[in-house]
Amino acid sequence: MAVSIEELKAKAKQLRKHIIRMTTAAGSGHPSSSLSAVEMITALYFGGFMKYRPQEPHWAARDRFILSKGHAVPALYAAMAEAGYFTVEATLSLRKLGSVFEGHPNMLRMPGIEASTGSLGQGLSLGLGQALGMHLDKLDSRVFVMTGDGELDEGQVWEAAAAAGKFKPGNLTVIVDQNGYQQTGATKDVLDMRPIADKFAAFGWHTQTVNGNCQANAVAALTIATNIKDRPTCIISQTQKGFGILPLLEAEGDLNYHGKPLSPALAEKAIAFIDSN
Amino acid sequence: MYYGELSGLKLGAATRDAFGDALKELGAKHPEVVVVDADVGNSTRTEPFMKAFPERSFNVGIAESNMVSVAAGLASCGKTAVCSSFATFLLSNAFDQLRMSVAFPKMNVKFVGSHSGISIGEDGPSQMGIEDVSLACSLPGVKVIVPSDAVQTAAATAAMLADHGPIYLRTGRSKVAILYPNGCDFKIGKAIQLRDGSDVTIIANGLMVGAAMDAATELAKSGVNARVLDMHTIKPIDEEAIVKAARETQRIVVVEEHLAHGGLGSVVATVVSRTVPVPMAYVNVGDCFAESGDPQGLLDKYGLNPAAIVAAVKSVIG
Ligand SMILES: Cc1ncc(C[n+]2csc(CCOP(=O)(O)OP(=O)(O)O)c2C)c(N)n1
Ligand SMILES: [Mg+2]
Repeated sequence: MAVSIEELKAKAKQLRKHIIRMTTAAGSGHPSSSLSAVEMITALYFGGFMKYRPQEPHWAARDRFILSKGHAVPALYAAMAEAGYFTVEATLSLRKLGSVFEGHPNMLRMPGIEASTGSLGQGLSLGLGQALGMHLDKLDSRVFVMTGDGELDEGQVWEAAAAAGKFKPGNLTVIVDQNGYQQTGATKDVLDMRPIADKFAAFGWHTQTVNGNCQANAVAALTIATNIKDRPTCIISQTQKGFGILPLLEAEGDLNYHGKPLSPALAEKAIAFIDSN
Repeated sequence: MYYGELSGLKLGAATRDAFGDALKELGAKHPEVVVVDADVGNSTRTEPFMKAFPERSFNVGIAESNMVSVAAGLASCGKTAVCSSFATFLLSNAFDQLRMSVAFPKMNVKFVGSHSGISIGEDGPSQMGIEDVSLACSLPGVKVIVPSDAVQTAAATAAMLADHGPIYLRTGRSKVAILYPNGCDFKIGKAIQLRDGSDVTIIANGLMVGAAMDAATELAKSGVNARVLDMHTIKPIDEEAIVKAARETQRIVVVEEHLAHGGLGSVVATVVSRTVPVPMAYVNVGDCFAESGDPQGLLDKYGLNPAAIVAAVKSVIG
C-alpha cells in the first residue's frame, strides 16, 4: 500500500471536519451517522482498495461504492471532494435548493454516486445486481456496500444476503457500520440483530469483525476482504456513532445524536477538538 | 366462450405466453438482456429465456423486493433487466424497491406482472392483480403497457426492450382472442383503433378489448355504431386519440380488468375532463376484492363482460 496509516488518519480528520461543516451549514443532516463510517470510507477511497476516476466517473472498469445507509452521505461527499470529484467548498451547499448535494445520494444528479439510496435496506440487493453485472461483463471490478446496523432490521437485507450466498459473487463486500444506535435508540434495545457475523456466515459469506474506527484495522480488513474471490465478504465494522467528537456529544447528553446537526458554536468546538487530537 | 368470439375472432395464446416466447427470441439477439425471477418463472413465462440463457438468468427465490433491486443493480451495469412476478406481488410487495431502486434513478428495468385481473379464476383474490396499474402509474417516469392479445404482446415486448428506462408490462393468464391476425403496428403511447364508429367510443385494454369488440358487434344490431380503441399504453396516455374520440363520438366508455381507482378509467377521465368534457361511463372491478371461481363466472359476476359494456354504452347514450 502506497499510502501510510498516518496519511489516512490525516485524511480521516479532514473528512470529519468537512462532515461537520457541511451539516452545520445545512442546518440539518446526520453528522453522527457519517462520523462512525469515516475510517472505512477513508480506507476505501484513499487506501488503494477502489479504482475510480473522478474525471471519468462512468469509467466502465471502476469499482463501486454503494452507501446503503444513505443518510450518512456527508461522509461520502467529503471523501469525493478529497478525491477530486468536486471542491470541498461546493459541499457547503448541502441540502440547499438547486444544489446537487442532496440530503441522500442521488446518482442521477451526481456522477460518482453509484446508487440512489435513502430508503434503508435496498443497497445490498443493488450491490448484488452490480456484482453480477460486472461478472457478466468479465470485469475485474468490485462492489462495496455499506449498511447501518439498524438497517439490518429490513428483511430485504437478508433476502440479498441469502441470494449472494447462492450466486457467490467474489466481488461483493458489505461493510456493516455497527455503531450500536439507530433512530430511536440503541440497536440492542430497538431490535437486536446480533450475532450479525454469524448470520452472514450462515448464508455462506466470509466474515470479519473489526474495530472500524481504527484506521489500521479498517485497512487490514479490506485487505483480507479484497483478496477473497470465491464468495461474498462481510466486514462487521464495530464503530461508535459520532466517533471523533464523542466527548462533545457526551457532554450534550446524547451519544446517538441521530439526525441532528451541530450548532455553529458546537461545530467550532468540534473542529478544534478534531484538530487537537 | 371467449371474448372476441362473437366478433368472429380466433382464439390465440395467453399474453403471458406471448411475452415469454418473445422474450426468449429477443434474448438471442440482445445479449444485454438479463432476467431476474422470484421463483415464478414458470408462471410468468420467463422460464423459456432462463432455460435458453442460464448464465443471464437469476432466480433469487421468493423475494420480490430483492428481485427488483437486483434487477436495478444489473441495469446500472448497462443491462436491460427484466424481472417478473404475479402482478400483485410485484407491485405490492416490491413497491418501495420499484420506487427507489428503479423509478427514481430511471433504471432500465422492465418489470412484468402476470396473473392480472380477476380472470385468473380459481386461485382467488390473493393472487389477483387488480391494483397494479394504479400503483405502476403512480411511479414518476414509468411507462405502463397492458397488451390485449398475443400478437400485440410480442410487439410490445420488443418495443419495451428497445426503449430505455423503466416500463411495467401487464400480462394475463388465460388464452385470449387474436385481435391482430395481420400483425400489430405497436408504438408505445399510441392507441389502436380497432373499429370505427360515430355514436360512442369504447376505450379498453388487455382482456377487455375482445369484450369491447363483442359489445360493439352487439350494439351494431340495434343501430349503435361504437368505435373501439385499444388503449394498450396507459402511461404515457394517447391524448390525441382520446380527444378525437370525445369530439367525434361525444360519449366514452372505459373498460378494464382493474379496480376503479387509478386505472385506465381514471387516466382517460382526467384527459376528457380537461379537454373535451363528454358523458362517460366505466366498466371495471369497482372497489372490491373478488373471490375464487371459474374465470367466466367471475367476469360475469363482477360485471366485466360484453353485456355490461352494452349497458354502460346505453347509459351514456340515453
Ligand atoms: C426504509 C426506511 N425506514 C426508515 C427510515 C428512517 N431512518 C433514517 S436513518 C434511520 C436509522 C438508521 O440506523 P442505522 O442503520 O443503524 O444507521 P446509523 O444512523 O446508526 O448509522 C432510520 C430509521 C429510512 N430512511 N428508510
Ligand atoms: Mg446504527
